[in-house]
Parts: sequence; C-alpha cells; structure tokens
Amino acid sequence: MPRYLSLIRIEESDALAGGPSPELIQRMEKLMEEMTKAGVLLDTAGLTPTAQGTRVHYEGGRISVTDGPFTETKEVVGGYSLLQAKDLAEAVEWTKRFLKVHEDHWTVTCEVRELMEG
Amino acid sequence: MEAQPAAAFETVFRLESPRVIAGVARLVRDVGIAEELTQDALVAALEQWPRDGVPDNPGAWLMTTARRRAVDLIRRRETYARKLAEIGRDLPVSAPPPEEPADPEDIDDDLLRLVFTACHPVLSAEARIALTLRLLGGLTTPEIARACLVPEPTVAQRIVRAKRTLARKNVAFEVPYGPDRAARLGSVLEVIYLIFNEGYAATAGDDWLRPALCEDALRLARVLSALMPKEPEVHGLAALLEFQSSRTAARTAPDGEPVLLRDQNRHRWNRLLIARGITALGHAHAATGSAAPGPYVLQAAIAACHATALTYEETDWPRIATLYGLLAARAPSPVVELNRAVAVSMAEGPAPALALVDALAAEPALRDYHLLPSVRGDLLLRLDRTAEAREEFERAASLTRNARERALLRRRARETEAR
Repeated sequence: MPRYLSLIRIEESDALAGGPSPELIQRMEKLMEEMTKAGVLLDTAGLTPTAQGTRVHYEGGRISVTDGPFTETKEVVGGYSLLQAKDLAEAVEWTKRFLKVHEDHWTVTCEVRELMEG
Repeated sequence: MEAQPAAAFETVFRLESPRVIAGVARLVRDVGIAEELTQDALVAALEQWPRDGVPDNPGAWLMTTARRRAVDLIRRRETYARKLAEIGRDLPVSAPPPEEPADPEDIDDDLLRLVFTACHPVLSAEARIALTLRLLGGLTTPEIARACLVPEPTVAQRIVRAKRTLARKNVAFEVPYGPDRAARLGSVLEVIYLIFNEGYAATAGDDWLRPALCEDALRLARVLSALMPKEPEVHGLAALLEFQSSRTAARTAPDGEPVLLRDQNRHRWNRLLIARGITALGHAHAATGSAAPGPYVLQAAIAACHATALTYEETDWPRIATLYGLLAARAPSPVVELNRAVAVSMAEGPAPALALVDALAAEPALRDYHLLPSVRGDLLLRLDRTAEAREEFERAASLTRNARERALLRRRARETEAR
C-alpha cells in the first residue's frame, strides 16, 4: 500500500496568534487516535516556528545558510503526517478530515504526495 | 457540506463500511442482513450526497441511516411476530432495539465483534478469508477473486454460504470471553496470517492485487492491535507482519527471481516498518509479562533478529536458534525444526545442523517439501560434499511448484557442479 506525505502548510501568523485552541487539540487527538486505529497514520508531528529553523541552500556549487523566521513566504510548512493508504483518494479523504477539525479562521494547505518506493 | 464527484464516494464507503456493518450487526444480529442494510444506506447516500453535498461526518450519516433501517426492520418483524401470535401461533418476540450508540468505544467493540464473527471456526478457512476481506477489508467480490486466484462465482458463493452458516448455526455476534476465547482469537489471527501469506507467496505474480493482500493483512493486524491492546499475540502478529513487509522491496530481483534473505540488499529494507515492528514487539513483550511468549511473539522475535542485523553473518544466530527451540516446544512442527537447523548451522556450523536435518528425512509432512533438500544441499555444500549437494539442489528444483524458485535452485545445482 503506497505511503503519502502530507506537508501541512500554514500561515505562521495563525499559529502565533495564541496557537491552536484546546478544543482543536482535543479534536485533533481524537482524529489521530482514529487514524492510528485504522492503520493509516504512520507518523505525524507539528514543527516549531520558522524562527527556530534554518534554511540551507545549495546553488552553483555554493552553500548559503539563512536563519529563520522566513518572513518572505506567507505559507510555511507547519507539520507533516505520513499516511499509508490504499490510494491517493483515501489519503485525500483522511486529509480532509484532518482539515475539518480546524476552526474557520485557519488557512491551511495540505500537499499530499506519494512516496517513491522500491 | 461540499460538492464532490461521485467517484470520491467510493473511498468514503470503503473506509466507513466495516464500522457501519459492525454497528448494524449488533442490532440485527446477522452480518448478512447488516451488510445489506449498509448497502441500502450507501445507495441512499448516492442519491442524496450529489444533490445535497457530502455531510460533514459521512461515517455518522451512514451509520444513522443504516441503523434507522435496521430499527424499521426489527419493528416490522415484531409486528409480524405479534400478528402471528394474535392468530394463535406462539413465536418469541425479540428484544427491543437497544439505545443509540454514540461512544466511539462502542463502535470499536462492534468492530471487534465483527472480526470474531467473520473469523468464526464454524466457517472453513477459505470462507473466513473471503468474509474477512469483504466485511473488514472492504474488498469487492471481483477483487477477492483476483487476489485469491479463484473464479468470481466461487467467491460470491463462499460469502453467501458463510453468511448462511453463521445465521443457521446461530453464531452470537460477540467477542468471546469464556474458555474458548484463546481458540477463537487464534482463529482470527490465523485468518490475518493466511491473508498475508496469500499475498507474500505471490510477489512474483503479474497481478498487483495479490501482493496487495499483504497490505490488507498488515492493516487488519494494526487495527486489531489497537482494538485489543492487552493481547500479546495480537501485537506479536502485527510485529511479525511489519517485519515481513519491511523486506518486500528487497525480496525480488528486477527480473522477478526471488532473492534469498542472505543475498538481500538490506539498504532496501523499509526502516519505518522495522521500527514499527520493534515497537509492536515491545508491546507484545509488555503484554506477555512473565508468561511464556506465544508462537506469533516468538516468530516476531526471530524476525526482529533478522531485521536489526547489519549483515547475514552478523545476525544473532544463537538467539534465533534458541527462539526456534522455544517455538518448536510451543508449536511443534517439522518446518520450525528445519528453520532451527538453519540457525544452528550459522551458530555452530554445518555438521550439527546436518544431524538435525537428517533426523527430519523420514518426516512424512516434509516428503514433498522442497526446502528440506534445499537446506540439506546447502549444508552438504558447506561440508564440501559437492556431489551430494548437487543432487539435493536438483531434487529441490523438481519439488518446487514456483517457476522462479526452480530456476534459482537449478542455478545453484549448476554452480555446485562447477566448484
């Protein structure tokens, strides 16, 4: 069964404005439990703010290092989940359920990509 | 609500069906009727969702719709029974419909009941496999037929008969807690294991649906270990399947020929699945406590030794030999004994292993088993008895039914000759 990486992109300002509500966290935990029980969720985590991250760039044989925050991009990767699903449609269905537990003021984009295997 | 193409419904149906069937089966006490009512709910969804949009919680929508139909059915039956009683016949009136479930824990319990019912020992192994794939794996009849290499009508018949048998024998829709619990759980684990092996044996096949059975079995094992966290053997089976699955990519060469464990490129083993296997094995050990580990836990422990070894030679062979010894004591089998001989050959050398293998020569169960001469040939080769070794490889090649494996054994026979 193929594996899919869902790259969760958020607008960092959403997260900084007080972070996720306790209700969101509770709904999220319930969903994660359900996904684990369904054998779908292999791994997931949220990421610390880009202020604590570093970009390491390689171009023309040279490396450049930039410390966060990455203010020039509106959406940043805020987390990921690694799913194992029958097909892309199923991975997308679970991703929708993940998004639905968020409140309306959130703007989140999940990019669901299949892992190259073998 | 959101607009969605009808094709996406199929995914939702596949995900939700097992839970809905389980929830309805508790009401109507018949998995066949439960499946029909679930189908009715899916049809209702196909009519409504394209028009009104997909509900926010499609699973709950399907469950409510199917349960409503179940309650209607029960009421109709009761009315019928009452009318019959009124005209003078004596029929027992069934219990009133139970209260609405809301607790996810209840649904988990129903799902577990469904697992135990589909894997009930009154059914043949083939019937249990077909019913489990259908009700819990969400596979369609044509998919099961392709995966199990049997004609579609055969599978359809197996499923119909299985449902009829469950109804006729009045199999209770419950998780057994009495003295037969261990045996019933054994039957469930066996079904998952058989489904996995059906796929594992077919990696060289042309049809991707057969290897996909491994994934279905792995998922069932993961679901079951979440539902039964206190059962060591459930974690043991899950761990075993995680480890076995971790080697899938390395098991076959690009030309389809099987690659033996010792020749596999270990970099191609899936580290994530190995890590999950180790975690599951930890749960199994924790749940086992001071009791003697069961056969699946022991097999998983053996698989863990392989999965964590950097090379074939560096594998902890003495530990594997010990584990096979425990396994042979727990579940005696000539095949286990043969595997123990291989481990002994690596731990102590080919001579003591050959003695073990020779002791198996008279074993009727192994008479046509190609791995016996294959292992024996291997040991003889290591003892430089090349003529005898070549003979054994030839014999093994003539016994195997798998063309790829035959090619491999013939090649070994030729190479032995060349030495």
